[in-house]
Parts: sequence; C-alpha cells; structure tokens
Amino acid sequence: MTFVPHTDSDRQQMLEAIGVKSIADLFSAVPQKFRFPKLNLPAPLTEMEALGELKGIADANESADDLVSFLGAGAYHHYIPAGVDSILRRGEYYTAYTPYQPEISQGTLQAIFEYQSLIVALTGMEVSNASHYDGATALAEAVNMSRAIHRGARNKVILSPGIHPQYRAVVHTYEDGGDLQFVGEDLDLSAGPDALIDLIDEQTGLVCVAYPDFFGRVYDYTKLAEAAHAKGALLAVSANPTALGLLKPPGEMGADIVTGEGQPLGIPLSFGGPYLGILTTRNQYVRQIAGRLVGETVDNRGQRGFVLTLSTREQHIKREKASSNICTNQGLMMLAATTYLSLLGKSGLRQVAESCFHKAHYAAVEISKLKGFGLKFKDAFFHEFVIESPIPAAELNLRLLERGIIGGYDLGNDYKGMQNCVLLAVTELNSKEEIDYLVETLAEVAHA
Amino acid sequence: MPEPLIYDLGAPGRTGVGMPAPDVPLADLPAGLVRENLPLPELGELEALRHLTRLSQLNHSILTGFYPLGSCTMKYNPIVNEETARLGGFAHAHPLQPAEMMQGSLAVMYHLQEWLKEIGGFAAVSLQPAAGAQGELAGVLMIRAYHASRGETQRNKVLIPDSAHGTNPATSAMSGYRVVEIPSDARGNLDLEALKAECDDTLAALMLTNPNTLGLFEEQVQEAIEAVHAAGGLVYGDGANMNALLGIARPGDLGVDVLHYNLHKTFTTPHGGGGPGSGPVGVAAHLADFLPGPIVGIEEEGSEEMGPVYGWHQPPKSIGRLKAFHGQFGMHVRAFTYILMQGAEGLRSVAEHAVLNGNYLRVKLQGAYKVPYDRVCMHEVVLEGRWADAPDIHALDIAKRLMDFGFHPPTNYFPLIVREALMIEPTETESKEVLDAFVDAMLKIAEEAHTTPELLQQAPHTTKYGRMDEVKAARQLVLCCEIPKEVAVSE
Repeated sequence: MTFVPHTDSDRQQMLEAIGVKSIADLFSAVPQKFRFPKLNLPAPLTEMEALGELKGIADANESADDLVSFLGAGAYHHYIPAGVDSILRRGEYYTAYTPYQPEISQGTLQAIFEYQSLIVALTGMEVSNASHYDGATALAEAVNMSRAIHRGARNKVILSPGIHPQYRAVVHTYEDGGDLQFVGEDLDLSAGPDALIDLIDEQTGLVCVAYPDFFGRVYDYTKLAEAAHAKGALLAVSANPTALGLLKPPGEMGADIVTGEGQPLGIPLSFGGPYLGILTTRNQYVRQIAGRLVGETVDNRGQRGFVLTLSTREQHIKREKASSNICTNQGLMMLAATTYLSLLGKSGLRQVAESCFHKAHYAAVEISKLKGFGLKFKDAFFHEFVIESPIPAAELNLRLLERGIIGGYDLGNDYKGMQNCVLLAVTELNSKEEIDYLVETLAEVAHA
Repeated sequence: MPEPLIYDLGAPGRTGVGMPAPDVPLADLPAGLVRENLPLPELGELEALRHLTRLSQLNHSILTGFYPLGSCTMKYNPIVNEETARLGGFAHAHPLQPAEMMQGSLAVMYHLQEWLKEIGGFAAVSLQPAAGAQGELAGVLMIRAYHASRGETQRNKVLIPDSAHGTNPATSAMSGYRVVEIPSDARGNLDLEALKAECDDTLAALMLTNPNTLGLFEEQVQEAIEAVHAAGGLVYGDGANMNALLGIARPGDLGVDVLHYNLHKTFTTPHGGGGPGSGPVGVAAHLADFLPGPIVGIEEEGSEEMGPVYGWHQPPKSIGRLKAFHGQFGMHVRAFTYILMQGAEGLRSVAEHAVLNGNYLRVKLQGAYKVPYDRVCMHEVVLEGRWADAPDIHALDIAKRLMDFGFHPPTNYFPLIVREALMIEPTETESKEVLDAFVDAMLKIAEEAHTTPELLQQAPHTTKYGRMDEVKAARQLVLCCEIPKEVAVSE
C-alpha cells in the first residue's frame, strides 16, 4: 500500500529537472558498502489486509471491555462521551503540528488557551502549561522546576511514599546522577502527611505528594503547605482530575505546583498511552514552568488571537540553558480533555466524581463485611481503596479472573509486606450489579 | 468576528452530556474536603461541539493543504491508522493487566521493536520514550550509564554540531554534560578537524543528525564516527531525519551507537497539533542492557499451531523508567500498521521519493533563492530568504506571504547557521502538481519581494487572522480566561 502519488512520467520529468539519470544517483553521498541494505520485513499489505490483521491481533487482548474491571492504579476506565472522538477525528486538528504560525493555527491555539483555563479552574492554580507527556513526567518536571526556582540551592526533595511507584521511578530516572537527594519514600504508609512535615528542613526545596494518593486516600494538605512555606520549600501535588470535580482543589490548600494524569478526562486506557500530563503553577513561577504556553494577544487587524509565548524559556532559544528539553505537548490529548470538560461542564464532572465516590464507598462497605476481608487504611478516600484479603492478592486476582473479573492492583508488587493487599478502583462505569458480583465472588473465592 | 471563548459561551444551569445518578446508597462526603466552587463552563452539547468544530476550521493541516515544515516530516497520516489504534482490544486495554491477557498489545510492541531494529541496524529497541526529546534523554542517560559502568566518569562533554536542534544541547545539559559546539564546514558537513581536536578522554559523546538539518548527508560520517570511537566516545544519532534513510542506509551500520526514532515523523503517526509524539530508542549491542524498560521479549517460543508467548523484560542495567506504563502505545499501533503496509520496498520508496521531491524543489527554486550549500540534498532543502537588492525583506515575510497562496510556510530561522533560513521538507506523499504550484508561489513571492515588498511585509492578507503582536503577548501575559469566582456548585 503506497502513499507515494508519483507516476512514471512524473519521476522522469523530475529527474530530468534535477539532472540525474535515476533516483539511486541522488544517494551517492551515502557510503557505498552501506547503501541500499536489504531489509528483512514482512511483505506489504493493502489497507484491507492490514486492518484484518490488526483486528486479529487486537482480539488476542482480553480488555476491560470484555470483562468487569476494578483495576485503576493510575489509569481509569471512564465513560467517554461520543462527542470527544468526533472532535479528535477532525483532520484539521490531528494532522496539524505545533502552532508555530499563529495566523493559520488559531484553532489549536485557542483550544490550548481554553485547556489552560479549564485546568486552572479545576486545580485552583494560576497558570497551566499546554500539557506534558503524562502524569509521571509532569511530576519529574515539577522537580526540575523547583530546582530552577531555587537556583540550585536546596538539594533535598521529599517524596511521599503515597505517590504512584512508577511516578517515583520516573523522577529517579530524570534526577539520579544529579545533585538532588530524595527522602521520605520509606516512611510508614499509615503515617499520613504529618510525617512529611517532620522531614522538612532548611535544605528542602520541594515536597511532593499525591491527591488522592496511590492508595486512594485524600488529605487536606493545607498544613503541609504551610510547613513547607515556613521553611522556604515548595509543595507539589500530583492530583487526579476526576477527584477535583468533587474535592477541594490543591490550589486552595496552598500548593505551588500541581501536576496530574489527565487520562481520566476523556482519554481511553489504550494500554497506558498516549495520556496527558497536567502541569500548573503560581503566576510567580511562570518563567520556570516547562513546555509550551499559549497567551492572548491581538493581530494587526485588531482581532483577539493567541500565540505561543514566553518561548525564551525553551530549548530552541536557550539550548543548553533551558531547564527542560521538551519541545512538544500532548496536543491531541489536550484536545480530548478540553472537549470532555466542555461537554460535561460544571454539573457533569461533579456527577462523575460523586458517582465514583459513592460506588467506591458502597463497594468498600460491602467488602469489609466479608469474613477475612478488611480495609487496610481508615483514612478518607475517593474512588480507590485498599483491601486486605485472607489469601495473597496474586492468587485472589487469578480466581477473580476465572470468573470474568479483572481484580485490583496487587500492592505486593511494590510494597513490602503487602502481598495480601489489593488496590480496587470503582468508577461510574461499574454498576451496582457489577459491584455486588465482585463482593459475592470475593466471598466465594477467598474461602474456596 | 473571532470565535468566542469557552467561558463566554453557555449559561448557568445548562448541561451538556448528562451522567446517570449513582445506583448505590449514598455515602457521606468527606467533611472539610468538598470543594465549594467548581468554576467550569456550562454549555449544551451542540454548543460545545459547534465551538470546537468552528475552531478546527481556523487551522491549516495536512488534510487541508501542503505543509512543508522542514524537519517535521508533515506527510500523509493514513486514516486506517486511526481505525486500528481505536480497535476495542487496544483502546480498552488497561496497562496493568497481566501480560498473559494482553498478548495482542505485546505482539504489536514486540514486532515494532524488531522492525525498528531491522530498519535502523540496531541490536535492541525500547519503545518507552514519549517523544523525540525524551528519546534523546534516554540515549544520553544510557551513554552516561555506559561510561560510568566502565569507571570512566571523567567523560563530561558532549559534542554538538552548530546546525543541531536545540533539544540536543538541552538534553545534554539535563544529563549533566558540558556542551561543546562543533562548527560546520563550507560544504555543510560537520568540520572534521574541529571534531578531532575535541576527541580526548573527556569525550562522552557526539550527537549527530544525519542527514543534518541542512538536509545534507554528512559526507565524512564514517571518519567522524571513527574518530569519536577511537577516543572512547559514543555516537548519538538524532533520528529526526530518518525519513530520508529508510532502506537507504542504516545508522547502526554506519556506527551510530544509539538513535531515537520519531514515530510521528517517519512512521506517520499524527502530529496532533503538537503531540503526542513517540520516540523509541534503538541501540547497538553494548548499550542494550541500559535501555529504559520494561521492553517486550519472548517468554516461550511458538510452535506451528501456537504463536510465541510474550512477556515483559527489564534490561539488567536499565536507566529506569521514562514514563508511567509502556510508552505512547496508541502511536505504536499506528506505526505498526504503517510499516505493515509498506514492507521493505515500500519504505525504500518512501525515502527515495522524499529525496526526489526535496531535490526537485531545490533545483526549481535555485536562482530565485540562494541555496547556501549547493549540492544534492536529501529530503529537505534549506534556502536563504533574503536578497541584497531587497534589504527590507526577511524570511518571515516570505513565510507569511506563502499563507496567501494556501501553503503552510517552511520552518524559518532554523538551522541557525543559515541567515534568514527557510527549511523546506516536502515529503514523499506530495505530488508533482502540488510541488509545481508551490514553486510558482515561491517564484512569484521572490518577484514581489523586489517589486512590491509591502505585499510581503503586510502579509498574510487572505487568512482569517493577520500577524499577531507577539511582544504584547509576552509583556502583558494573559494565559487563561477570566475564571468566574464565587459561583456555588449547582446541585
């Protein structure tokens, strides 16, 4: 299947214009012994054959659509209104690139400006960038930002053990080998935010927490923000945007940087990506934020318009002095979130958040009534919670799967002593019937 | 009349897509943690979709017109890719489901790894990096880990040609390296003597884009790579321009130790208005243990009746994770679909026609425009957008005037070593008719530059928006709509 439109006659005319005999003559600068390697690839397929092939491969997955799922842990199964994909499918959006030429890119630019606005409203912060790769890399950029804000002084970063283990791993990949020292990850999981306060000192540049945390728990971080600020440190909160439809936003708690995974805002699970990194801050730190920013201005005809702005922060101008090397955003995913929030609006997002909350609490109450099961933590939670099972989580999940249920995340993978702990997520897509089926099945399989 | 802002649309109490009421008993909301104000807009469904559709119509895009943005490979993105990435088995796959349930996703990733190895001449590939810039970061972190594993921590500098993308020095600095810039010579090649002078035992790596950003194949690429290797350094290949090399030459064969691919350039995953990209890294055998992971491997070989069983594999000295989960999987599916439709011959034809188109524009525009490095180019050509006898005209004016002819302008003011640069990459999916129309416009503009320069300086004229006041945007920062305060949540 070729997408090259040239006819033989086109090729001939073009070669003549160039003054060479054959296309191969255009490659004489390539060392001869390496020129035109024979690639061992499958024979090409037509569109019809390729689609058939891919359908077969996709069918080899047993996805959340085929089964009942309570798996979350950083990626959530939510209802996506039909309108979202109708916008993403518009070639005017998905086949454009970074809006370098504002006169003919106002669609993308205004959409980003509106995304920035919606995210500011949701997080309670003052500035949002045009988006980042995902929730994990957005948190890593928060660490970079904090270093830039402190101009290299203050080399201690506090990472709560309640941050997603993979997010912490990404922060370490970005920063290990540098001059930062990370503390806090080995704190007692039951200790809550007060234990983090005890770690803050004059060397601390940044405190990082999650909201809800990896275990679904929600805390008011106001005291933590005050304690950080009292010592001259910053607070970064990695937040779930669905939760912010119901819960007090981190901006109101005094956070200096709010990051998050935007996938719940209308983006399919898609085996982990592409997702959407949310990155926001206070006005005073706008020059340290990574990534693209869109600002309002006017054109030479007096019309309101939008442009990429403050690009002097970025790599193509600052080169080795830039604080980040990012040169894209997650444009299309940003558009998905913008469309999702526009379609749901104030009442719709609140409905989704409340629905998740109530269903998760119903599930937690019913499961904790079961013999041998209990909730691991007593703290308030949003739509995820940890249950302790009488049998190892891995075994429990296998038995659930035999009965058509994708169980929760096995916390024994990441936390010592939690082999019997499962992190369950419940969203608006899980009906009462499904929850009751889970509860029933848990009772059955745990004592089988 | 500009399209209104979302916060100027809608009305209090209006709803778009409604959600069902919970079908379970209600729990008590957490005291003190419920937000009082959720200042999101309130639009009807049609109103929201009409707004976003109208906005889309203000964009130039590949589907609506020629987009010769140099270094970005704005080629046709096959529509079928959009179908395959949305197949239910992929779109609804949770990233933390056990590998045994996800054999389809793992098969796509495994084969894409294998194909990228074959196309680039590498021993191993990781699909994890989220974009080209993150692929670069992965590469440079691997190089640092490699030197550290050999006890050569004194290697603290990275050599970068003056024609390189800004991400190269930014990435090196993020990884703690000192950047030394290497000049280009009169033929647009990396200055070999300047390079050799820096090849000592403090050399960590050379970052090389080939073809370089002048659109030229590095004529002394082998000598340059040999010099770096002889000094104990490694060569990082910036794969931004791989579209010119598919089936033409494999960077791994040339001695490149690590290279990132841009799936959104070379392998037709859509640019999406600025992302998501996807930047897999390929490496030679001595770097394979350092790859970001996990990557996909074969757990059990297949038989005649049964395919192999795929599983996750963490390279033993991995630099770690670059991203949560498994990379931009939806982009992997699209690139997989594309390569499946191309095969080896198809890919070679892609590069051949990309280079044919690049050279056709070069010869057609030469004369009217100065081509500063005048030799056979690869997939793109760099011109100077200036004339001694039209001193008030700049590359920017030419770029803006092109919009009046319905074309997206080329990349301008890059590479930095060409004055008033116009970097034109037509790609292989554009026909001769489109190129001829573009040439006509460019020649007309060159003429106007001399006869009616104000036409260029005031351009664009026919677009819905004129030139934007970028200084105002930066000085009087307005980065979001006015968010309504004190609005109680409607019950």
